[in-house]
Amino acid sequence: MDTSQYLDVFIEESADHLEVLYKQLLELEKHPEEKAVIEEIFRAAHTLKGMAATMGYTDLSDVTHHLENVFDNIRYNKISVHPSMVDVLFETVDYLNEIVEDISSGGEGKRNVTTILAKLETLNQEDVMPVKDPSEEVASTILSTNELSHIEEIDEFELTILKESMERGFSNYEIHVELSEDCLLKGARVFMVFEVLEQLGEVIKSQPPVHELEEEQFDHTFTVLYVSKQSKEEIEKRIHKVSEIVHVEVHPFSVIDYTAKKHEAEDQALKLEENKQEETKKLDPTQSKKSISRKTIRVNIERLDILMNLFEELVIDRGRLETISSELDHADLRETVERMTRVSGDLQNIILTMRMVPIDQVFNRFPRMIRQLARDLHKNVEVEIIGADTELDRTVIDEIGDPLVHLIRNAMDHGIEVPEQRIKNGKSEQGTITLEAYHSGNYVIIEISDDGAGIHKEKVLASAIEKGVVKQEEAHLLNDQQVYELIMASGFSTSETISEVSGRGVGLDVVKNTIETLGGSISIDASPGKGSTFSIQLPLTLSIISVLLVELQKEKYAIPLSSIIETAVIHTKDIYSAHHQKVIDFRGHVVPLVFLQSVFEVSKTEGTSEEYISVVIVKKGDKLAGLVVDSFIGQQEVVLKSLGAYLTNTYAISGATILGDGEVALIIDGNALIK
Amino acid sequence: MSVEVEANKKVIVFQLKNEEYAVPVEQVSFIERMEPITRVPRVASFVKGVINLRGVVTPIIDVRNRFGMPESEHTDATRIIIIQFDEMEVGLIVDAANDVIDIPINIIESAPEIVGSSNVDYIEGVAKLDDRLLLLLNIQKVLTPEDMNEIKQVES
Repeated sequence: MDTSQYLDVFIEESADHLEVLYKQLLELEKHPEEKAVIEEIFRAAHTLKGMAATMGYTDLSDVTHHLENVFDNIRYNKISVHPSMVDVLFETVDYLNEIVEDISSGGEGKRNVTTILAKLETLNQEDVMPVKDPSEEVASTILSTNELSHIEEIDEFELTILKESMERGFSNYEIHVELSEDCLLKGARVFMVFEVLEQLGEVIKSQPPVHELEEEQFDHTFTVLYVSKQSKEEIEKRIHKVSEIVHVEVHPFSVIDYTAKKHEAEDQALKLEENKQEETKKLDPTQSKKSISRKTIRVNIERLDILMNLFEELVIDRGRLETISSELDHADLRETVERMTRVSGDLQNIILTMRMVPIDQVFNRFPRMIRQLARDLHKNVEVEIIGADTELDRTVIDEIGDPLVHLIRNAMDHGIEVPEQRIKNGKSEQGTITLEAYHSGNYVIIEISDDGAGIHKEKVLASAIEKGVVKQEEAHLLNDQQVYELIMASGFSTSETISEVSGRGVGLDVVKNTIETLGGSISIDASPGKGSTFSIQLPLTLSIISVLLVELQKEKYAIPLSSIIETAVIHTKDIYSAHHQKVIDFRGHVVPLVFLQSVFEVSKTEGTSEEYISVVIVKKGDKLAGLVVDSFIGQQEVVLKSLGAYLTNTYAISGATILGDGEVALIIDGNALIK
Repeated sequence: MSVEVEANKKVIVFQLKNEEYAVPVEQVSFIERMEPITRVPRVASFVKGVINLRGVVTPIIDVRNRFGMPESEHTDATRIIIIQFDEMEVGLIVDAANDVIDIPINIIESAPEIVGSSNVDYIEGVAKLDDRLLLLLNIQKVLTPEDMNEIKQVES
């Protein structure tokens, strides 16, 4: 079967299932007895196995199959959950993740799976609980081997029939039939099996139901409840006569056992049923997250981008129409254009919100990362996530992951203390890292706080002075906030020892830079002994930004408002010269001037020396610079576009935008112009 | 009868001065008329800037400049050939583009090496078709000359 067309779906859905596995494993670690969690894991593993088998990734399906077995055993209390087991399970899921990643990057998904399978196998062997009744054992082995297809629900009516038939000397059987994998006419084979069975007795129930079997909506196995006077062997023999049957198992079915088991696991069955229902509904994996149960469809992000582009074309044409209608002064035309403007405004809002994704997409990988880090650092840390459904633009989501990872590593490494230290300080042994996201105006705030040691102000200062980040004599002028922010200055790293976790040669200054490039800002708050909070403020979207349009000769450039402090018109006599550098005195600060005309090599028309110059004061961190332009055009909301993959590394240009007249204007990256 | 399925290569032919060049048709996504170009400062001199190609900002290079020919005034015949390559789109300014032809693969020869001429690596082959001489371009080499990084470094 050609499965390539399903590959994308497979990769996406596998990723979702792996995510569920990770999440639920974390849950399992906290609540080892929780049946719902175990069920959830089991289902995820099972679905993954099914998909992998269909796509022909045998290693993936092998591992998931074993994983599934483990949970099957847990489900039926044959083995119990313990910490070292969870480790192996995590390892397994990591392994699965690797395989899926390999597949998504074009690999064949082949891995040496023997070690992991062996580990899983030992889990299965471990502390198997003593079995009281041999008949029960039979029942449970049936359950574990024929998991999917064993008969789960038997209604009262069917039970009565089974009981009656027993009283009349018939035997009840559970028959498990497996068709060969390359069987083409599964429906026909099922029909033939049923025909054989009908001759010898009566089929009470089948799993999957008969109509599904007829429509071939099953893998290769099905199970029937069967009443007959024939012996077990006879039935097996008869069924085997039908061709393309790989395997037939006939087990006696005991109604008493069934009812006992049913009572015992009544609520479990209830849950299972719920889950079953959910599973059928769960075509879209985003629905599987219980908290969000809206109706959604998957849309390729590329299509959304195309939609956005087309819409921008429309906006440009709208601009033209507006100009035309104001020139013509035709009442009907004007009315129509106004209506169109309103409608397209609404449309713009909808398209923008369509590109919004919950921050959970970034957050969801952190619990597992923190767990791993906590073990590496021998710390005991709990994660708390608040506001995971806060939405922001996909472009921001894509960029924010790495800075957050860095901050979390930092909090884990420098913030949270080792358990002994925490106890000594009178804190609970377990540290907490809180990730919180919420909206505030046109911004999203993401806060990463820990209840660790906080920031040692004196140590930071001493280190900053030593490294020349601040001067000794300036040091005492800084307030707490400013001192904390020193740890994000370039050339600073408080860690005394370079550690594996956060001392990777890049400091928090990289984080700060990334966030500022995104048009956001970061601030730190800390109290010694109690913990610290890093607060990141980000724009909701990066695709539409407010800019100031300026002119350099005939060329138009855009400067993002987020980096502008103010604009000024300055008399040439107020320009000072300071060692090859023109500067101005701006509200008590000496601000260097950057002449954009020469930086951007704009061809000069005759040099009419004007009496006043127009300056845009921009900031990078706490540094200022004055960009000298020819004239200001005005403020505008524009759609940010990249210059394309061909023109990377352009100097001081961060992107482009398309103006109302269809012309392209370049967006100036103020950060690059400030040293 | 022998099965004569001659392998052909479909190419777009464009003109620079009086020479004819060819690029594989699969690499060409559009052919556009000249449009206003927004200059991008401090990039290699053959990069003329960017245009708005139906909402996508697309870089434009002047092939004459790239090939060391003098740049010319743009005329009515001047075209921008939009090349799709390596997941990026780049426009090439050419004097004219007016032909799509099939070149039998067996008549394509490797580029002649002429003693004394500067070593150009962007010509992949030469095809003589009737009385026309077509120079087949290696788009990757055209777009990313080895010395491009140097150019950038010098300019910045």
